Amino acid sequence: MRINGARALLECLKQEGVDTIFGYPGGAVIPIYDEIYKFKDIRHILVRHEQGAGHMAEGYALATGKVGVCLATSGPGATNLVTPLTDAMMDSVPIVAITGQVKTAAIGTDAFQEADITGITMPITKHNWLVKDVTKLPAILAEAFYIARSGRPGPVLVDIPVDISRTMFDYEPVLSVSVPSYKPTFEGNARQVKRAADLIAEAERPILYVGGGAVNAEAHEEVLKLAELCNIPVTTTLKGLGAFPETHPLSVGMLGMHGTAYANYAVHDTDLLIAVGARFDDRVTGKSDSWVPKAKIIHIDVDPAEIGKVLQPDVPIVGDVKHVLRELLKVLKPQVHDEWNAKIDAWKNEFPLCFAADKKLHGQAVIQRIGEVSNHQAIVVTDVGQHQMWAAQFYKYIRPHQMITSGGLGTMGFGLPAGIGAQFGQPDLDVYIITGDGSIQMCIQELMVATIYKLPIKICILNNQYLGMVRQWQELFWDSRYSSVDLEASPDFLKLAEAYGAKGIRVESPDQVDAALAEAKAYTDGPTVIDFRIAKEENVYPMIPSGGIVEDMVVQRPSDLAALDPYMESELVEDDISVLAAKS
Amino acid sequence: MVATEQHTISVLVDNKPGVLARVASLFSRRGYNIESLAVSITDNPDVSRMTIVVNGDESIVEQITKQLHKLIDVSKVQDYIGVPIVARELSLIKVNAEVKDRTALMQLVEVFRGRVIDMSEKTFVIEITGAADKIDAFEQLLSPYGVRELVRTGRIAMARGPRSI
Repeated sequence: MRINGARALLECLKQEGVDTIFGYPGGAVIPIYDEIYKFKDIRHILVRHEQGAGHMAEGYALATGKVGVCLATSGPGATNLVTPLTDAMMDSVPIVAITGQVKTAAIGTDAFQEADITGITMPITKHNWLVKDVTKLPAILAEAFYIARSGRPGPVLVDIPVDISRTMFDYEPVLSVSVPSYKPTFEGNARQVKRAADLIAEAERPILYVGGGAVNAEAHEEVLKLAELCNIPVTTTLKGLGAFPETHPLSVGMLGMHGTAYANYAVHDTDLLIAVGARFDDRVTGKSDSWVPKAKIIHIDVDPAEIGKVLQPDVPIVGDVKHVLRELLKVLKPQVHDEWNAKIDAWKNEFPLCFAADKKLHGQAVIQRIGEVSNHQAIVVTDVGQHQMWAAQFYKYIRPHQMITSGGLGTMGFGLPAGIGAQFGQPDLDVYIITGDGSIQMCIQELMVATIYKLPIKICILNNQYLGMVRQWQELFWDSRYSSVDLEASPDFLKLAEAYGAKGIRVESPDQVDAALAEAKAYTDGPTVIDFRIAKEENVYPMIPSGGIVEDMVVQRPSDLAALDPYMESELVEDDISVLAAKS
Repeated sequence: MVATEQHTISVLVDNKPGVLARVASLFSRRGYNIESLAVSITDNPDVSRMTIVVNGDESIVEQITKQLHKLIDVSKVQDYIGVPIVARELSLIKVNAEVKDRTALMQLVEVFRGRVIDMSEKTFVIEITGAADKIDAFEQLLSPYGVRELVRTGRIAMARGPRSI
């Protein structure tokens, strides 16, 4: 088939199973857009800023497990992808970014809208390519998809000069990919698997520490089987939420800086930490050399560079997490850890997640209610800040790909576009975007896309008129000097919603929450923006200060339990407290 | 805590544009200065071999070598720490060579098994190979005559014995 490079690009995308791409045109990609105009098998979503395209591709990938694709022109279009690519690199999200480039002859001459995007994105992509010969384009794209989705997934970028897009050549589909220098390890070392099984058999207080790698590897069933077979409690990282149902009695929720107190006590006390696709992030470990002081460590990860990066494991297993867990399950025998689980249950009862049950509107209550009204089935996409931590603590996730958030990079502005991408990928599921009054303003322009495509996403702004997380740190660690965190002067989000053709609802007191959520749920003709005016100076608890240890943890405690508190600093709550049942 | 040691690392890479930048950036990202770097093609023209010398904390260098391994263009990485190796570098030195000094200079060159490969009315260009300390010593002995210009290739290395990368 004799076609030009632009058409070949679309043929390759189609062959990879791509049906939706997110992009924005410009001079260097006009040939590609001309083919998109004629090509009916791929839907192109016109975003309002290339950063939105990148995050939509991420949201699409995270909600579906497929590769997300975004497209931008050269120069500023390409550089606007830098944040989403970094985000995807940090969180191992498989996306393919296609960028236009100035014509081959002009590369390196500071031509109009030229940027060395392969140079710029070298440290923030798994790999990237500059296509200099159109006949190599199909093979490069096949490699790009293979590398993005295999091993530890991640973003890749293919930079296509405008003349390459226009050059005619004889296109042959590429049917198989082989990259000799890239062979991700799939099977775990059998001897190490055996050693891990021995450690699990001997352990008295084991705990599974499950990260985003388990979600990427679709290993949730194996995690569940392992937990149940050996009666092992499970804590997940922020990116691991949903890899194990939080409604399960063995779930201890999220761990780390804003994890549950009982998860942090459990990892402090465990004698065997079984890390499954988790990378010992500093927001999880705090002071890493004091973390899990009594434990041996089994570390299962597809990326050999993660092994020993932070803590040296006793048993390292490099391989596909799902496959390794299956191998482990073949040799493990049923166990019970009644004493250990009873100890954890006691912590759950003593240090539950909670918030004040006063007359104020609390972000935690809003999220808890969203969890209930959506029957814990919706996709929840967050931005970054206090609302993100509350969304992690209070929704209760039950399946993988349900919680979509920017974990490693912590990108404010991620939520709205990622939520749009998630809704495109999962049109039959409800999508709730939990965001803040700060974050929502960082990519608000993409609201237009949701309106145009009548996406029934629910954008829940937990509006405390502050950059709440920074304010919390300033309150706790900087003597309440609130420097540059005041967002009282913000747009009227209802009018903003209206301007974008979305539905807007304001909620100012707890008794309005249910009606607002019901109204939003009933409105399926487009996006709904709900402006929740929450308590202004609420903090996220529990909290282990940055670089701290479990003894530094501050919890918010029900007043009737406060006296029992042995050594922790507590934020006492005067009124009655609403306690979220830790067990279900 | 962990001693800083000198690591000699061999890396086999695809002979393609951009590979050097990818490799180098993994060191610079951790604030590590590459002490020396030698790159050229191997017996297979599609494959280049880099020899990198870097001083650093063992755990960080180990992390860097693991990251090197993850680069798509990198096929093999070997840190020769604790492995017996033969290592050489080559140096070209342009030194003042007045007629009265030439005999002495020729003797020096002979002792160090170097060669004079270019000669002008006032200068020699001397080629010398060896381990870094030998070249350092030679350079020092030449300095009284006035070294006008000096270039070193940086270390190249391979393991002793039948073992190959």
